[in-house]
Amino acid sequence: MLSSYLTMAAILFCIGLYGALVKRNAVIILLSIELMLNAVNLNLVAFSKYGVVPSLTGQMFTLFSIAVAAAEAAVGIAILIALFRARGTVNADEYDEMRR
Amino acid sequence: MFNFNFSGEFVAFFVFAVMIISGAVLMVSFAKVVHMVVSLAAVFIGVAGMFVLLEAEFLAFVQVLIYAGAVSILMIFGIMMTKHQEADAEQAKPLHETLTAIGALALFGILFYAIRQSDFPEPEQALAQGTDNTMEIGKLLFTQYVIPFELVSVLLTVAFIGAIVLAKKEAE
Repeated sequence: MLSSYLTMAAILFCIGLYGALVKRNAVIILLSIELMLNAVNLNLVAFSKYGVVPSLTGQMFTLFSIAVAAAEAAVGIAILIALFRARGTVNADEYDEMRR
Repeated sequence: MFNFNFSGEFVAFFVFAVMIISGAVLMVSFAKVVHMVVSLAAVFIGVAGMFVLLEAEFLAFVQVLIYAGAVSILMIFGIMMTKHQEADAEQAKPLHETLTAIGALALFGILFYAIRQSDFPEPEQALAQGTDNTMEIGKLLFTQYVIPFELVSVLLTVAFIGAIVLAKKEAE
């Protein structure tokens, strides 16, 4: 059963990676990153039940990573809103100051 | 490897897996931005269901509250507060998309090969937790993990104050 969960998480991670690299709307890029974080959480919880030494440590790790992901989402949206005020767009292709 | 026995857990796993994968694929393929967020909420709920299957009930409810609730709503607010083309006008870059798809598929292939190859030993004893998953997590949180717990609370406070400061309109 462990390998089914790991495969599931791998599928989720790859879809998230594809979304983060292809999408143009910066909000959707943030959402895709959340998808990848979810895949990692699934792995941690699967190992906390089916690993060699089952323990609650994996669940604690997941709890902390959910907290950090929530903080990341809040700060990310705030930065996006500030950027939108400055540039008038959320299209990630147009945030290109660093390569001009 | 994959030695399936069609138990209740397998059926439930299959249902949640279909929910997660279809939600994620729809998220990538929808044209409207709001629809993407809604299909992603389905993915989050599916992951919460998998947490229940893995006997992590507390985490399942945290997942529903934080991800399906807070993060989705936050993203919807982010979409509403920023002007976006309703249909996410894709001036397609087919080469870029194809290369990205190949890269993601290759990564999945490598991961899948590694998962199939590696040999996971059976756990020596089942997860020794009482009937109450939440209580066990609470005990750990206030004994072994008390310092990370406090640090995370400081991190959350700092992050939310920072978010307010960042998003506040600058005074003229």
